[in-house]
Amino acid sequence: MRYLEVFIFFKLMFFLALFFAFAPKISAAESLGTIIIDAGYDKRTSIAIVPFSIERSLDNAPEIADIINFDLARSGYFQPLGADSMLSLPTVAEQVFFRDWRILGIEYLVIGRIVGGLFSDPRVIYEVYDVYNERRMLSKEIFVSESRWRDVAHSISDQVFEVITGIKGAFSTQLAYILAVNLGSPSARYMLELADSDGQGSRTLFSSNQPLMSVSWSPDGKRIAYVSFENGRPGIILQNIATGSRKRIAQFKGINGSPVFSPDGEKLAMVLSRDGNPEIYVMSLSDGRLRRITRHHAIDTEPSWAPEGDQIIFTSDRGGQPQIYQVDLNTNYVERLTFRGSYNARPRLLPSGKDMVYVHRANGLFHIAKQSLDGQSFHILTETTLDESPSIAPNGTMLIYATQDAGRGILSVVSMDGRVKYRLPYISGDVREPAWSPYRDFLLEGQ
Amino acid sequence: MMNKWLRSLIMALGAIVFVGCASSTQTQPTEAPEPLETAESAPAPQLPPSEPPAFDAEGNPYVPGTMRVLDRGIYFDYDSVVVKPADLRALELHAEILVDNRDREVVIEGHCDERGTRGYNLALGEGRADAVSRFLTSAGVFTSQIETVSYGEERPEDPGHDEAAWSRNRRAVLIYK
Repeated sequence: MRYLEVFIFFKLMFFLALFFAFAPKISAAESLGTIIIDAGYDKRTSIAIVPFSIERSLDNAPEIADIINFDLARSGYFQPLGADSMLSLPTVAEQVFFRDWRILGIEYLVIGRIVGGLFSDPRVIYEVYDVYNERRMLSKEIFVSESRWRDVAHSISDQVFEVITGIKGAFSTQLAYILAVNLGSPSARYMLELADSDGQGSRTLFSSNQPLMSVSWSPDGKRIAYVSFENGRPGIILQNIATGSRKRIAQFKGINGSPVFSPDGEKLAMVLSRDGNPEIYVMSLSDGRLRRITRHHAIDTEPSWAPEGDQIIFTSDRGGQPQIYQVDLNTNYVERLTFRGSYNARPRLLPSGKDMVYVHRANGLFHIAKQSLDGQSFHILTETTLDESPSIAPNGTMLIYATQDAGRGILSVVSMDGRVKYRLPYISGDVREPAWSPYRDFLLEGQ
Repeated sequence: MMNKWLRSLIMALGAIVFVGCASSTQTQPTEAPEPLETAESAPAPQLPPSEPPAFDAEGNPYVPGTMRVLDRGIYFDYDSVVVKPADLRALELHAEILVDNRDREVVIEGHCDERGTRGYNLALGEGRADAVSRFLTSAGVFTSQIETVSYGEERPEDPGHDEAAWSRNRRAVLIYK
């Protein structure tokens, strides 16, 4: 029976190893409010982000390595190593021994330190190493003004992600969304919220006891357009994020809905029913002039711009059921794009302009689907039942969408191939209509 | 006065005939008549000598000749903007009240259940409000007495997520100003 004891011993060791491998990751996740990573790639790149050293005078600085760890893990591309499993904890180049990382099977290494702060802003110095080729890939220094530690951490995540994958990182981006509380009661309240891409640091941009909906970012990330019922009727509002100033730019008879900024930021596509039924219009933001794009007695709604700004795709039930169509803004030529299923709506084009995502009904359930405009490729990306409002990250690798869990509106993220999924932290109330911001460089923001 | 009484009677008779037809053709398998219809299709047998108030304290109309507040919710089938036969009688009464009281105005709200996209549902809700508005204007209500607004799926009556909640949320509501 000796082998049984050995077996049990190894089994125990296995579980202990598992515990140590995962424990740091779990605690990092909890500190950020429990993002659940449902699935990831089969072959994720192994990376070690060593805890950054912090000068004693800066002991209020957060653990930047935790935030980077978590960003890279939720991207689905990386499998970060827990700090407890590391054989050494280097923070400067002289302490890096590639052998320590090779034997752990680590492909990339990130080290860093936080220094200064006595007479100037503190600095974060960090380096990225390619372990197998034993070379330094990146070495940078960032000043941390106004204690924007989280912004600095996400910016480092962006750099690390890009230097390794070749894809521009989108961790520094933000999310805007609608939070609704007490629905179905007289105390119902609707809030336009803004948060970091990991769901942290949320703040309210506008709050009303009437519905708010359809959030859209300007391409420069400085303004947000949305629909507000604050005076009892739907109107389209432009709001400056930094100053909070608001301007109602459309309040026609009937529907004023689905505002979307053109790629050059000079126009706003929208839906108006002032001429009798919902049609797509384009408003020039400089002079408020309107151009009517669609002419059909059916419903035309939910526009999305092509990256070049020369086409708009939209939802229409002109064929008897909602399907997605494309209109050429030069010729007004309209073409149907979706033919699978009896409900396809609320499209969004990917940055490439060749593919789109939209809400697709199958067997009475609503999922997010991805399809090439030519119809050749089609994939259903999500598995929950009331999935809606997909919004694509500026680097095109992921999308965020609204769904429900236990009767509550929540936000989820899925990679463009459907393999990586995670949920954003729970917020009390119903969260819906997420809008992923464009790229933003916080170092250039003059705040 | 006579004219008005006569018209009420004709409309009530018309509704009885209509409901009778509808139930004989559409709801044959069910044996008992729906209680709601019997309640509605029982018109006041005789008008009281002095006319009762037409509206309650909040300004909502009574079913003519009674002290019962007239239903202001009109309910729709999934993805449909067609008023159901069961609601036609209530709409006829609303039309009658608005024709008799030209100083009164209504806001017709259109609403949807949570299924489907929000932009599309905003349009669908408008279709529902418009369907009710068209019925009222064809029955003599002035367009100046009617305002429509769609809330799409944004203001559910029932925040639940089952068919019972959805059927309550697919509605048009007449709000008397």
